[in-house]
Amino acid sequence: MTREQTAADHAPARHTDPKSFVVQAISGVRSLIFPVAAVYFSMRSSGSLAVLAAAGAALVLILFGALASYLRWRKFTYSVNAEDIRVESGVLSRTARSVPYERIQDVSLEQSLIPRLFGLVAVKFETGSGGGDDIVLQYLAEAQGEALRDLVRAQKDGEHTSGERAADPAGSTGGEAKAQGAASPEAAPQATTPLFTMDKRRLFTFGVFEFSLAVFAVVLGLTQYLDWFVDYEIWDADLWRSTLAQQQGLLAGLGFIGQALGAIAGVFGLLIVGSATGLVRTYLRDWNFRLEDTPRGFRRRRGLLTRTDVVMPAHRVQAITIATGWLRYRFGWHSMNFVSLAQDSGSSNHTVVPFGKMDELVPVMLAAGFAPPDEGSCWHLASKRYRTDRIIVGSAFFVMLAVGLGVFVHPALALVPLVLAGMIAGARYYSWRFHRHALDDKQIFATRGLLSPHTQIASQVKLHSVEVNQGPIAQRRGYATLHLGLAGGTLFIPGIPTDRAFELRRLMLSQIAQSDFSQINR
Amino acid sequence: MDKTKPEAASAAPPPTSADTAPEIRADQAVATNGVNDADGDEDLTRLHPNYRQALRVQVILTAIPFIIGSLILEETSVLPPGVIALPIAIVALVAIIRLPSRRFAARGYAMAADRLRVVRGILFRADTIVPFGRVQHIDVDQGPLERFFGIATLTLHTAGNHNSSVTLPGLEHQLAMDMREDIRSHIKRETV
Repeated sequence: MTREQTAADHAPARHTDPKSFVVQAISGVRSLIFPVAAVYFSMRSSGSLAVLAAAGAALVLILFGALASYLRWRKFTYSVNAEDIRVESGVLSRTARSVPYERIQDVSLEQSLIPRLFGLVAVKFETGSGGGDDIVLQYLAEAQGEALRDLVRAQKDGEHTSGERAADPAGSTGGEAKAQGAASPEAAPQATTPLFTMDKRRLFTFGVFEFSLAVFAVVLGLTQYLDWFVDYEIWDADLWRSTLAQQQGLLAGLGFIGQALGAIAGVFGLLIVGSATGLVRTYLRDWNFRLEDTPRGFRRRRGLLTRTDVVMPAHRVQAITIATGWLRYRFGWHSMNFVSLAQDSGSSNHTVVPFGKMDELVPVMLAAGFAPPDEGSCWHLASKRYRTDRIIVGSAFFVMLAVGLGVFVHPALALVPLVLAGMIAGARYYSWRFHRHALDDKQIFATRGLLSPHTQIASQVKLHSVEVNQGPIAQRRGYATLHLGLAGGTLFIPGIPTDRAFELRRLMLSQIAQSDFSQINR
Repeated sequence: MDKTKPEAASAAPPPTSADTAPEIRADQAVATNGVNDADGDEDLTRLHPNYRQALRVQVILTAIPFIIGSLILEETSVLPPGVIALPIAIVALVAIIRLPSRRFAARGYAMAADRLRVVRGILFRADTIVPFGRVQHIDVDQGPLERFFGIATLTLHTAGNHNSSVTLPGLEHQLAMDMREDIRSHIKRETV
């Protein structure tokens, strides 16, 4: 009863969609596989009884799981109020959490496979509080989820144009009506032309470049796991010796050409498996990738089985990162990420262009309020003393190793570490010219990378602190590292001549100090 | 290269006089080696003299376990007498005499109209500026040692990943409170 009274001035508490407990029960079945398998294998010796026991265990666990998810669903309520969103949950111990609209950085919708079959969606309120403290409503009907997201955004907007929300009595009477109202203006911008999409051909190219041999690691892990269940001793040396002995006979019989062909086939096999892995992963993640510029911010939808729908408000973009790989760079492919305040939840990285040409990146960049470095921008390289010191420090270990080996073991052995030292020194000498930065009146650019350039573009006013750092070597050699306080990411420029570092800091601070934090993130 | 000169100069006098030397030489400002010229900023303000004493107590507290350990080793007499205890005693003595003054001399701050500059570090120098407009919240902390010496630590929190908190130790407690008020008045009210 007390809850009724306290809730009198709030919107009524609501349950999530009734179907969501079914979804949760089904998702729970997946976690039953191993316990049931364990029951089966432990009783394997007793024949058909094992099947019976496993089935019984499965039934009991499923019933129990369904009951638990039903109770959880019953006890989970949320309410959308004038000032905040409240969630009460917990079967035995109750938790009540309230998140004010001002603290909600963003609302994202996520659909994994099973909820998608039921037309449900998980609504996630990102507060940027670092990790697990965000509110997640699992699950609402798709339309309801969209409406709730629009409502929250409308509330946040109202708070910006101050006074409007306070004067609005509808806010306390209930969210549903408002949500419907807010949904219609949102429908219009959806028709806008997307900023970036990936068709199937692009996705295929991307997948091939996402070459990955991770599948072998997974297979190896699985065989270790299977070790438990199967009478196949993967670490048994005798087994392998006998297998190898058989294979050796086979290999020897093939002759040289056969062996060479076998090796080539093996390499091809690796290439095919690696590319296939990359393709599958890319297709799953980036299927139907769509980035749009809506009034609320950048809206990104992607995913084959798990479809995510994320909106990143443009004013929360702190900086952008343009990266590439050593091979795809030769073909002109790049990727672009946003560095954003609401990035704390690790899985939702803010890739806005996963795979595109530079001229496709630029419109997105411009839409986010960033400009690419133009011809006139004055690039500064790192100090030459920094280059020298990096070469010395980098190769010192191998040079010492070479001396040690050459003097105490055998002069010829010194050659290997010497070559390694030379390679490091060469790479560092050569990569120096790729370490560069530039400053225009609004932004700072920093680029590094020998084989593939990695570029960061940050808006100066969105930096939170500027630090000049000097280690013992740097102090004596007259260069410094400039560390910039970037929310949601790191940005530092090493090896700048000390005078230049302080000059940069002075220039940037004159920009930063003019505005307040609360203005730049609105 | 001229960066190292004042550092070397402060290292030049023998350990016994070093304790007092920097204090006399740099009465008000300039612990930072001509860095100011490059920056164009105002001179650095020194920290409260008691902070040096607090640092010294800290070093002594850190040294005590090592000295006790070396004395115990000495008792067991596995090694010839004095092989362990003597070097450790010398290192501890030098650290207790030299380290606090050098650390103290390397630190400083500058409070401008719209920003705070904090300088610290002997080997690894860091020179940080936080604009007041980017401060999220402010702490004034006082540990037991600091309370005894009447000093406090001012901490500014920012939203940046690097320098998410910038600490300025060794301020007189009342000054730290005043600085906090001063900085807070610059932060425009956003949300509660």
